[in-house]
Amino acid sequence: MAKKVKLPLSEETIAGLKAGDKLLLSGTFYAARDAAHRRMLADLEKGKPLPFDIRGETIYFMGPTPARPDRIIGSAGPTTSGRMDAYSPVLISAGLKAMIGKGKRNQTVKGVTKRHRAVYLGATGGAGALLSRSIQRAEVVAYPELGAEAILRLEVSDFPVVVINDIYGGDLYESAKLDYRLE
Amino acid sequence: MREINSSLVTEKVARLFQEANYSLPEDVVAALKKAQKTEESERGREVLRQVLENAEIAAGGEIPLCQDTGVAVVFLEIGQDVHIDGDLTVAINEGVRRGYQAGYLRKSMVVRPLSERRNSEDNTPAVIHTEIVAGDTIKVSVMPKGGGAENMTRLAMLTPAQGRQGIVDFALSVVDEAGGAPCPPVIIGIGIGGTAEKAALLAKKALLRRVGEPGADPDTAGLEKEILERTNRLGIGPMGYGGRVTALAVHAEVFPCHIASLPVVVNLQCHSARHLTATI
Repeated sequence: MAKKVKLPLSEETIAGLKAGDKLLLSGTFYAARDAAHRRMLADLEKGKPLPFDIRGETIYFMGPTPARPDRIIGSAGPTTSGRMDAYSPVLISAGLKAMIGKGKRNQTVKGVTKRHRAVYLGATGGAGALLSRSIQRAEVVAYPELGAEAILRLEVSDFPVVVINDIYGGDLYESAKLDYRLE
Repeated sequence: MREINSSLVTEKVARLFQEANYSLPEDVVAALKKAQKTEESERGREVLRQVLENAEIAAGGEIPLCQDTGVAVVFLEIGQDVHIDGDLTVAINEGVRRGYQAGYLRKSMVVRPLSERRNSEDNTPAVIHTEIVAGDTIKVSVMPKGGGAENMTRLAMLTPAQGRQGIVDFALSVVDEAGGAPCPPVIIGIGIGGTAEKAALLAKKALLRRVGEPGADPDTAGLEKEILERTNRLGIGPMGYGGRVTALAVHAEVFPCHIASLPVVVNLQCHSARHLTATI
């Protein structure tokens, strides 16, 4: 059974998450991918504030297809998280508490995530049409000139994810593979 | 000599990219349904359930299957008895431009990739592979190729001594290292022989085959079978959440090569294995 969880994630909620748990997220998170991450880090380096208060927040690694005129958003599935490994540690140190994407993270990110009691969650890649149904509001909050890579604030209801990396060092990709590995 | 106006190519390319991004080929759907029956992992079955429901939603024509509507890869087989009236490359790119615009598809191509990385805003240029064949028709195949799976592509210039075993080991290591990133269950395209670039093209073309259709000869088919069986023992499973179905199929294409060489390219295709072919 999937656990219903409110966003932003509280310390207590995070403490209760274990790698492999299925969650349905409701509340608000931010969509950002490669170009937006590059811009956020450049802003921080220049001493500028981030375009939104990142403390306690969740970032979804995603760049949607354009919305049709009568729609909230287009297809909206996760992109590969590994490309954000270069940027995530700085954002986690600044207060980011959760990331949603697909694919494994490097040792540095996993270490920083655990140390700052943050989590990494997985969404089903290639299910962007299905996932878009859980998004109830979408607005551009920064870098509109980046088009599909602009930062969006998304309001979601029962958005399905799986916990990949928890605060106890659990890693679903490693443990689940061993459960089913025959060679 | 048959005269074909390049505007026909534009129309065809525009339509194919739109259709390909909204409806998953039926052989892919059938393979996913079969996987749902054989998958032992509960998390894996849930991923497959979501993916199949996603395909039904997208087929309604409102929302593309995946937000990554890909690099526009176009394969052309042009009959040598055809004369094309107009600039073919311009016509294909115009088709991509129109299809991605009208179909509300994401534009994912950046120009000056090593510096500015500015979006071209119409998903051009397409990556075009042209072959001249016998006949008086043009066969157009489109493949919107997602970045997540494409990024996991690997080349190995094996030695003849490494041989068949070297190919099996290499393919398994590529899939194992990629884990959940390329959106498994994947289709594994393998190009063997020729030169480095020939092997890469063969690996990509192998992905146009119907899912699970065996290679041209018993040697190739046997290799595909062995790699598929062993891949599905890796435990990665759908989206890397653990399970028995890591790959839906292995498609290998083989070409003769130099006495000193054994080039191998592994090109992965995600479960949203989109491609479509039409003949003009």
